[in-house]
Amino acid sequence: MKAYIMKRLLSIIPVLLIVAVIVFFIIHLIPGDPASVILGEEATPEEVQTLREELGFNLPIYEQFVHWFAGIFQGNFGSSIYMNMPVLDAFLGHVGPTLSLALLAQSISIIIAIPLGVIAAKRRGTYVDQLFMIIAMLGLSIPSFLLALLLMLFFGVNLQWLPVAGYSPVSSGLWNHLQFMILPAISLGAIQAAVISRMTRSSMIDILNMNYIKTAKAKGVKNSVVVYKHALRNAFIPILTILGETFGALITGAVVTETVFNLPGIGQLVINAIVRRDYAVIQGTILMIAFSYLILNLIIDLLYGLVDPRVRLNRK
Amino acid sequence: MTSEVKLKGEVGIGILKVMKNDLKKEQRRLFVRRFWSNQSAVIGSIILVILSIFAIFSPMISQFTPLEIDPVNRLNSPNIQHWFGTDNFGRDLFSRVASGAQVSMGVGFSVAILTAVIGMIIGLYSAYYSVLDHILMRICDALMAFPDILLAVAIMAVLGPQPINVVIAVTISKVPSMARIVRSSALVIKEQTYIEAMKAQGASSLRIIWRHIVPNILSPLIVQLTYIFAIAIILEAALSFLGAGIPAPNPSWGNILFDGKVVIFSAWWMTIFPGTFIILAVLGLNLFGDGLRDLLDPHSSKANKLQK
Repeated sequence: MKAYIMKRLLSIIPVLLIVAVIVFFIIHLIPGDPASVILGEEATPEEVQTLREELGFNLPIYEQFVHWFAGIFQGNFGSSIYMNMPVLDAFLGHVGPTLSLALLAQSISIIIAIPLGVIAAKRRGTYVDQLFMIIAMLGLSIPSFLLALLLMLFFGVNLQWLPVAGYSPVSSGLWNHLQFMILPAISLGAIQAAVISRMTRSSMIDILNMNYIKTAKAKGVKNSVVVYKHALRNAFIPILTILGETFGALITGAVVTETVFNLPGIGQLVINAIVRRDYAVIQGTILMIAFSYLILNLIIDLLYGLVDPRVRLNRK
Repeated sequence: MTSEVKLKGEVGIGILKVMKNDLKKEQRRLFVRRFWSNQSAVIGSIILVILSIFAIFSPMISQFTPLEIDPVNRLNSPNIQHWFGTDNFGRDLFSRVASGAQVSMGVGFSVAILTAVIGMIIGLYSAYYSVLDHILMRICDALMAFPDILLAVAIMAVLGPQPINVVIAVTISKVPSMARIVRSSALVIKEQTYIEAMKAQGASSLRIIWRHIVPNILSPLIVQLTYIFAIAIILEAALSFLGAGIPAPNPSWGNILFDGKVVIFSAWWMTIFPGTFIILAVLGLNLFGDGLRDLLDPHSSKANKLQK
C-alpha cells in the first residue's frame, strides 16, 4: 500500500508542473503588452513602463515564470490589480458560494441518482427502467445553464416561489441561504444525476450477473439484502470514480450557473477577471481549480486502492 | 499447361472476390437492418435530419434577416409575422434562431472533425511510441485538469472573439480526452498477433499505424465524434452565453440566450426557443451516439460516454 501511495504521489508532480506552465503561458500569449492593456489607451509611455516594472513584465519570460512559480509554493499567487488584494484572498472570498453550490448539487444528484439507478437495474427491460433512462437521457442533454434559465423562468418568473437571483451567506440563516441555492443546485445537480444514475445502472447490472450474487440468492438470502448489501457495495467503486471525474464538470457547470443566478462565486471571479483583464486573478484561480481537481482525483484513486485490494496489487 | 494453371488460379481469385463482395453486401444489409431496429439510432438521426433541414432551409423562407433592427417592434411575443417573436432590438427571432442553428451546428461539427483528427494522431502515436506516450499523456492529463469551459474562456481571452477561435478553443479543451480514448483502443490492437506478424515481416510503422491500426479503432472514434459534437454545441452555447464566444450581433443559440437573460421577466420566447433547439440538437446527437455505440462497438465500456 505504501509503495502504491508513493507511486501515485510521484506521478502527480509532472502533471502539476505542466498545469502551471500551461496557465502561465496562456496568459503570456495574449497579444500586446499586458501593462498597456491594463492602463488603457490614454496612458503615457512612462506610466506603462512603471507598471511593467512593478509587475515584473520587463524581465525575461523564464525569470518571470520562476518568480511566479516560486511564489506559488509560498502561497503567493500574485495580487489583483483591479481589486487591490492578494489573489488567494480574492479566491477564498469567493469560494464559499461555489463550494456550497457544488456540494448541494452533488448531494441532490446522489440522493436522486443512486436509488433510480438501482431500481432501473433491478427491473431492467421493464417500462420503469425505460422511463428512468429516458429521463436520464433528457437530463444529459440539457446544459446546466439552460436548465438554470428554464427553472428561473418557471419557478422565479411564473410561479414566483423563489428569488431569481442573488445570494446570502449561510451566516444569515440556513433558509435565507438555501432559498438562493435551491434552483442553482437543482440545475447543476440534474446533469450529474443523469450521469450517476446511468453509471449506477450499468455497474449494478454487471454485478447482479455475477456468480456470487447467484450463490447468495441460492442460499436464500433476501432479495433486498442481495441488492443493497452484496451488490451495491461493489457497484460503488465505479460510481466513486465517476464522482471524481465529474468534479470537473461540476465546477464547469458551477461557473456558468453562477453567472445565471448572480452568485458571487469562483465563476464570477474568473469571468470578471477576464473582462477586466486581471491576469493574476485568472492565472491564480484557474491554477487552484486545476490543482484541486488533480488532488481530488488522487484522493479518490487512493480510496480506490483502500476499498479494493485488487487495484493496488495490479498496479504495482 | 502453366497458362491453364494460371487461368484456374485467376478464376479462383475471381470467385473469391465475388464471394467477398457478396459478404460485404450482406454485412451492409445486416447493418442497415440492425440500424433500423435500434430505437436510439433511428430517433436520434430523425432529430438530426430535421434540424439540419431547418438550419439549411429556414433562412430562405424567413421574410427577415437575422440582423435587421426594428425598434418599433421590440420584444413582440410570437405572432403571425414573427413566428418566434422579436428580441430586444426588434430583430426577428425565428431567423436569428435559424441562422444561429447554422453557426452553432457548424461550430459543433468543425470541432468534432478537428478533435477527431488531432486526437487520433496524438492517440495513435503515443500508443505506438512509449517515449512520446509519456510526454503527450502528461500534457493531456494536465489539460484535462482544467474544467473545459474555463480553459476555453481563457483561450478565448487570448485569441479574441471570433467564430474560428471558438472552434480552436473548444477543440483544444476536447482533444485530450479524445486522444486518451484513441490511445487506449490502439494499445489493445497493437498487442494483437497480426500486428506482431506485420512487424516481423518488416512493415514500416507508418504502414502498421495507418493501414492496420486505424481501421480497427474507427468505431469507437466515430461514436466519440458524435458525443464531442454534442459537447461542442453545449460549450459554444455556454461560451457565447458568457460573452466570450461568437461576437454580437451575430446570432448563435448561446448569444440569443445571453440577450434573453436580461429580459427574462418579459420575454420568455427568447429563452424557450433557442433553448429548445439546443436540447433537441444535443439530445439527437446523444441518442445517435448511443445507438451507434451499440451497433458498432458492443463491447465498449459505457464509461467512455460518461467522461464529459
